[in-house]
Amino acid sequence: MSLTQKLINDGNAAVDEMLVGIMAAHPDHLWRPDNVPRAVVARHGPRTGKVALVIGGGSGHEPTFLGYVGKGLADAAAIGNVFASPPPQPAVDAAIAASGGAGVLFMYGNYAGDVMNFDMAAELLEMEGIEARTVLTTDDIASAPREQRQKRRGVAGNVFIFKAAGAAADMMMPLDEVERIARHANDRTFTMGVALSSCSLPQTRRPSFDLPVGEMEIGMGIHGEPGVRRGPLRSANDVADEIMDAILAEMKAPAGARVAVLVNSLGATPLMELYILNARVAERLKAAGLVVHKTLVGPYCTSLDMAGASITIMHLDDELQRMIDHPCDCAMFRS
Amino acid sequence: MEFTTGDLKALFGAFSQRMAAERDRLCALDGVIGDADHGIAMEQGMKAAADAAQAAEGTLQDIFNAAAKGFLNAVGASSGPLYATALLRAGKAAGPRASMPSGELRAVIAAMRDGIVQRGKAEPGQKTMLDTWAPAADAAVNGQSADAIAAAARHGAEATRDMIATVGRASRLGERSLGHPDPGAVSASMLVEEICNAIKTA
Repeated sequence: MSLTQKLINDGNAAVDEMLVGIMAAHPDHLWRPDNVPRAVVARHGPRTGKVALVIGGGSGHEPTFLGYVGKGLADAAAIGNVFASPPPQPAVDAAIAASGGAGVLFMYGNYAGDVMNFDMAAELLEMEGIEARTVLTTDDIASAPREQRQKRRGVAGNVFIFKAAGAAADMMMPLDEVERIARHANDRTFTMGVALSSCSLPQTRRPSFDLPVGEMEIGMGIHGEPGVRRGPLRSANDVADEIMDAILAEMKAPAGARVAVLVNSLGATPLMELYILNARVAERLKAAGLVVHKTLVGPYCTSLDMAGASITIMHLDDELQRMIDHPCDCAMFRS
Repeated sequence: MEFTTGDLKALFGAFSQRMAAERDRLCALDGVIGDADHGIAMEQGMKAAADAAQAAEGTLQDIFNAAAKGFLNAVGASSGPLYATALLRAGKAAGPRASMPSGELRAVIAAMRDGIVQRGKAEPGQKTMLDTWAPAADAAVNGQSADAIAAAARHGAEATRDMIATVGRASRLGERSLGHPDPGAVSASMLVEEICNAIKTA
């Protein structure tokens, strides 16, 4: 089988070389503690008395996670290998660098590896006298049935969920409040995606899974985890309808409710196709009597070079709307 | 026959070489039911463990501890905390000794199983690496031969083919995980085999 084409130097060095490039591009937003190459910290944001929001996970999802480090959003991120949780130490170092003495909130997607590593990090921080709590994101509605919400994966909805928690922390709310708002945001955020082609890891340069031409996988995860079903490729409107049917059935928002929308590229799908999807998403929301308060369209949570897209809807209330509207200034996201 | 600190360093070297040789096969297995990176994590983790073991001085326990730290910091992932905890428990079993009778590697296999249970909280039958380590540890505790322990591990890994994953990344697949062996169980059976080779040759 031929190798996929990538602009890399050495597959095993891809993450560290990317980080060198990011630090060169965003010195006004990001810094790294000495001798801790896999932790990035916001230049502005962390301060005395403020809860530190520390996010993290595997690489390959850029701008998730490190692109959301900045004032008004996350204070620091721990960075793993491609699609692999970071070990505990960078999470500990990120938390110590960002700590303002008001506690640390770890937030990351619900994956077995991340849970084990961040739990070890929280144990290590406890020994340093720093209180660390955890809120897992579980917005991928295709990854487990509704009654097993706690088993679902965290995917592109991270952007809104982290944003809500980051705003609460930036408003100097105490750890209890930041944690409550983070959980509330996660409970009201729903995502589902579709993959049109496989991604390939820089270390192997082979397709991570086999998806024949002419087919798509509905509900695929952001690491290429198989979804709920596979079928022939259909039109943008049909795909948007299937996803919106599933989200609206679960969200159960009354007419007049406000929502935030994210139409996200998994990497290779261009803006043109995302906006075509969004046209249908907007139409469906309007037909359901829902009011779109904010829309994001673009690559916000990717899966390397996978083709495909996901749709996220956050069901707003006054509190969440205030958090989503709170300004933030990150290396790869300003609002 | 004595199993020395030199033998332990050689064992980590064997782990590292085996994972490097099997990397692409393990990634392909993981691609079917997971995210295709298991071979990479095991290759990088065992290379770091072998390097750390090689550089470490002191007792068998010191070398196990150095390898555990090396593995964890190199990979994270799921395999990092699981194997780091397993290797720390193995070190405790081997103890602060310069060598031990090679037959005591059976206790090392059992200790690794205990560490994986402690960290991962999985149970046998859930289609994880434990489905290899548990039968291997049972065979080891019963004092079976090195070949019998390796065979128990191999059969355990093979049996994951007929299991539905209920923990870890593949658990979201439900019945679609049927028919495919768990990559973590397959790499585990390779590691058990290397330990069994050491029982025979040390």
